[in-house]
Amino acid sequence: MIIEAVTFYILATVAVFAGVMVVASRNPVHSVLFLVLAFINVAGLFILMGAEFLGLILVVVYVGAVAVLFMFVIMMLNLDFRELRRGFLKYAPLGAAVGIVLLAEILIVLGGWSIAPEGGQRFAAAPIPDGLTNTDALGRLLYTDYIYLFQAAGLILLVAMIGAIVLTHRSREGVRRQRISDQLRVRKEERVEVRKVPTGRGI
Amino acid sequence: MSPASLPNFVPAVPEIFLAAAAMALLMLGVLQRAVAVGEQVRISRVVTWMSVLALLLAILLASAVTGTRIATFGGMFVNDGFALFFKVLALLATALSLVISMGYLERHDIARFEYAVLYLFAAVGMMMMVSANDLISLYVGLELQSLALYVVAAFQRDDSRSTEAGLKYFVLSALASGFILYGSSLVYGFTGTTNFDVIARALDGTPVLGVVFGLVFVLAGLAFKVSAAPFHMWTPDVYEGAPTPVTAFFSVAPKIAALGLLLRVVTGPFGDLVQQWQQVIWIASVLSMVIGAFAAISQRNIKRLMAYSSIGHIGYALIGLAAGSRDGLESVLIYMAIYITMNLGTFAAILCMRRSDRMVEGIDDLAGLSKSHPVLAAAFALMMFSMAGIPPLAGFFGKLYVFKAAITAEFYGLAVIGVLTSVVAAFYYLRIVKVIYFDNLTDALDRAVPKNLTFVLLGTSAAILLFFLWPDPLLASSQSAVASLLGG
Repeated sequence: MIIEAVTFYILATVAVFAGVMVVASRNPVHSVLFLVLAFINVAGLFILMGAEFLGLILVVVYVGAVAVLFMFVIMMLNLDFRELRRGFLKYAPLGAAVGIVLLAEILIVLGGWSIAPEGGQRFAAAPIPDGLTNTDALGRLLYTDYIYLFQAAGLILLVAMIGAIVLTHRSREGVRRQRISDQLRVRKEERVEVRKVPTGRGI
Repeated sequence: MSPASLPNFVPAVPEIFLAAAAMALLMLGVLQRAVAVGEQVRISRVVTWMSVLALLLAILLASAVTGTRIATFGGMFVNDGFALFFKVLALLATALSLVISMGYLERHDIARFEYAVLYLFAAVGMMMMVSANDLISLYVGLELQSLALYVVAAFQRDDSRSTEAGLKYFVLSALASGFILYGSSLVYGFTGTTNFDVIARALDGTPVLGVVFGLVFVLAGLAFKVSAAPFHMWTPDVYEGAPTPVTAFFSVAPKIAALGLLLRVVTGPFGDLVQQWQQVIWIASVLSMVIGAFAAISQRNIKRLMAYSSIGHIGYALIGLAAGSRDGLESVLIYMAIYITMNLGTFAAILCMRRSDRMVEGIDDLAGLSKSHPVLAAAFALMMFSMAGIPPLAGFFGKLYVFKAAITAEFYGLAVIGVLTSVVAAFYYLRIVKVIYFDNLTDALDRAVPKNLTFVLLGTSAAILLFFLWPDPLLASSQSAVASLLGG
């Protein structure tokens, strides 16, 4: 028990710290690295809760693909963050005012919230069915109860893909493509030329 | 290991068909591997016509499978007469928008087959929106629709105004989606469910502050999607920047779908919170009418003018919703049906505005249109008279029904503001008629009017002109749609 608690606090502290550093660090590449750190710690928290599938998928998808993609984009675009932050001071008071108003509103709403006596049971996590792995249980839910949303999400991703291609793809003239059949059909005579090289003079 | 029983797919057959058709047409277009420009135009023409066909088939399928209210997919998707009414309107509007966009795309060298495919996916999203019976399916349908819309807004990607319109719409719309999600999470937190039927059951009795809070956020997000004031800021810029046929599409189909969704959300899960949402809708309605009327006066660009005009029209439609009565809801349905007919006709006329093969968008460019194009001028003037609400055109009856509903529900203030702002709005509609008929012809527009535009223009003009002779089909179908929404 004590080991679990200690692990939780270590993972949680590092996750929060990394989250703050994502926003606070000046170098965008460092931000992305801290983002990776935050993801890995959150994945650890998931595994601690017994949700091993979610934890691993977080590492595979977010750390493996998304964060690395971010890294590429940031390094390739060579963004000037000082330029982006130039208006910061000008808009800071307005932003702060809006934030304070929102915070006050949220406090008002949460002030009216009382936990029902049976709330402890209602909001408890659903028990894990016996003899089912995490992956199995998630898959069953996705493909049965939530099949409609699952398919709809698939359509959304398809539209996003079409959109990216429509808006950015340009077919250019004179692109050299690899034609494997041509490469295989090439004969020695077309590519190799045998010359006599006189000694000491070159061609 | 008990095999899970299959959900009932029948109510969703039109959506499944349309999604499959969109993917099939996408494959058709991709596999053609068009490199030459002429080849691209030919394929895009084929795909567009087949998309129009698919949309019409989806309308037939939707009317075939709709009977009594059926919920399926674990209560997330519902099909009833109300959904059918909005699906038919949205699909028809999408099909007609595709028809009027053909010549334009080819002239601007952006005729690519993905355009029609994106329209089809947007239409699938709209059908999912009006059939949503769960906060998550509401959001998913809305995003499917919006994502396709962002792309078509920026479709003219070499034109900076079009890409700006797409980007602006994307950023602001993402913010609105954030509002909807935030509100939904509050509603979920306070009721413990996302299903509309269960929310409705959980909410009888005294309203909980948190749910009201969530409802207001959801309403704000939806008001953005129908471009009701004070969430209308994006409309003029996006309408002006997007390619004109895309603007025509934006002003009809997504609006009808989002309004259908709004009606279902406020009458279904939040039916018992009528006191709370009525105030929000009241304010949105008044602001939309006032801004639509006054901000349009100084516009010189016809597309911007149409943007403000559509904000105003949404304000009138919301009068019916604010009234909250059965008559009120029916009047919203009638108003929207008439509105999309007028708008499609007007945009077909705007698409005819070309000079030396380039589009012109200024109102002054219409000067003397009556001398160079008498038929086009007459149709344009007819649309403007109808938008202004001059009897016996259809636009008059649309306004008549919403005002009548407001007065029966004793919303006198709303009705009075509505009448006053429609007088103001009449000024800028009639000014266009004046420019067309009484200003001197300086530089004539191109003579040739494409066949597809003529077809849409004549069809909508006839519908607007002759509506008063035969209004029964629309009245009856809106009545049965509202009856199925309110449960008998």
